[in-house]
Amino acid sequence: MSALPVVDAASDTAGTTAAFALTDAARRRRLAIALVVAAVLLIAAGLMVGSQGWSWSAFRADLADTQAGLILGEIRLPRTVGALMVGGLLGLSGAVAQGLFRNPLADPYLLGSAAGASFAVVLVLTAGSMSGHAIGFATAAWLARFGLVAAAFAGALAGVLLTLALARGAQEGVRLLLAGVVVGVVLGAASDLFTTVSPEALRGKQVFMLGSTGFLGWASVTMLGAGLALALPLGMRLSRALDALSLGDDSAASLGLDLPRIRMALVVLLAMCTGLAVSQSGLVAFVGLVAPHLVRRCAPAPHAYTLAASAGAGGVLLLAADVLARGLIAPQELPVGVLTALLGGGYLLWLLHRRRVA
Amino acid sequence: MSDLRTRKLRVALAGRLVLHDVSCSFHPGWTAIVGPNGAGKSTLLRALAGLIPLAGGSVRLDGQDIATLSPAGRARRIAWLAQQAPVSGELTVRETVRLGRLPHLGLFGSPTAKDERIVDDAMLTTECRDWQHRRLHELSGGERQRVMLARVLATEAPVLLLDEPTTHLDPPHQVALARLFKQLAASRTVVSVLHDLPLALHADRLLVLRRGAVQAAGSHDDPALHAALTASFDHAVRIEQRGARAVVLPQLED
Repeated sequence: MSALPVVDAASDTAGTTAAFALTDAARRRRLAIALVVAAVLLIAAGLMVGSQGWSWSAFRADLADTQAGLILGEIRLPRTVGALMVGGLLGLSGAVAQGLFRNPLADPYLLGSAAGASFAVVLVLTAGSMSGHAIGFATAAWLARFGLVAAAFAGALAGVLLTLALARGAQEGVRLLLAGVVVGVVLGAASDLFTTVSPEALRGKQVFMLGSTGFLGWASVTMLGAGLALALPLGMRLSRALDALSLGDDSAASLGLDLPRIRMALVVLLAMCTGLAVSQSGLVAFVGLVAPHLVRRCAPAPHAYTLAASAGAGGVLLLAADVLARGLIAPQELPVGVLTALLGGGYLLWLLHRRRVA
Repeated sequence: MSDLRTRKLRVALAGRLVLHDVSCSFHPGWTAIVGPNGAGKSTLLRALAGLIPLAGGSVRLDGQDIATLSPAGRARRIAWLAQQAPVSGELTVRETVRLGRLPHLGLFGSPTAKDERIVDDAMLTTECRDWQHRRLHELSGGERQRVMLARVLATEAPVLLLDEPTTHLDPPHQVALARLFKQLAASRTVVSVLHDLPLALHADRLLVLRRGAVQAAGSHDDPALHAALTASFDHAVRIEQRGARAVVLPQLED
């Protein structure tokens, strides 16, 4: 194409090019700073909110009181940090899902992890309520020890495995998506069947479906932290593959990517992140869907940046919802999933409105 | 310089045989694959790139079956340009062209100054360097095509497989592209699927496909090839010699 006249590099176009580059870098920097500042402020708010809602005097009194200091150290702090980490895992896995399926509406629960976790929780709750009747006390006791957390994690992984089995591996994105939908529908129906015969299980399932950060202690924080410490570097390693996938499967394969292996690695990453998140806090809606959207709106970038920023944005979103959930009707609490659905749904409605106006 | 050969190549899509025992070879220079719609041109290109499974036969690069090459090894030697690549994500022009270095860097390597120079050269060649920081989805079809071509050039592969590279390009850019192919063909094996017959006749060699089978292969000024070409298009075109060049004209009269 050297046959055509080349645009003079000293022209206004070159200046515009430099301006674009500066704007992109500045936007990414600004978003990173905003997320850090928001996280710090929300952690402070999370420590402050108690049975009287947000009360500065009550907080100062808590700091002085040894007994209440335990509440801060053993309840509020791990819950606050845990919410940040759960949101981080959901934001990261949402960004991975949207890159893997090249669909901005993909959420991390698409591959059956949510349905699997929910079904496993219902099974454990149903078994508990049947103890002494349909099953022995020993079996029920074992299931109680196994615990809802472990059941939810195992169920989430099992849901994804089922999806992979149905799709015969991770070779094709569309097959994976369809299989995930089928697994979601079937396991959802199975959960409903169990809950019709066990009202206690239905109540427990509802709590699980709404999501809660109320059970996050230091043990949870340790597990979530370890998960995030593994998942984030792995995601960053696979980020260039996600960039290549944005050009289409064939173009990505022609660049030397072993697509079935890459897809499997991404699915495993998704399963681990969502499994860990739902096992600790139940099914929190919209965080995984909205966090990557917000990041792309504020600072469009390749996946290396988007994955990390989505983890940050997810953490901030969930923590904000958690702080509001605890403070709005204190001493009672709103289910955190209701707030994330309201916030996330509201954002998507606003996006829809903007598109209509444009 | 690389040789690409197929031997009794068979490809089936959705249970239907699309390529029937295609045996052909591509040497350094520019070869244009032409034929009517549904002839199997794009499928042949994808088979040459190792992107689809074969129902029979083989594709060999310098004597080695490409199925035995690792994905990265094949990508360093064969570059492929899609007919129409989907666009998603937020990559800029430069970030997209830099992906052309993926076969050399892998998932974990960081681009060096040499890689950035190669990316710069590829963008200069296709005249997209001045908008390197614009996002891919903001570009027109023709601009995007030039970016994708730059990405292919950035791989530095000795074999370039280009599926309708002139799609969306205006005439000046189509001509410039043809000149570029001639330059590249001096040191590489360039194979392009083209619907534009006048442009295709400027290639060193043509391969005529129809209904999944090779009708003719030969030099652009071979009369037998011209006859096969007009027959493959059901005589909707005619080829006339004008001086040193053959030209394609529509056959409007019966």
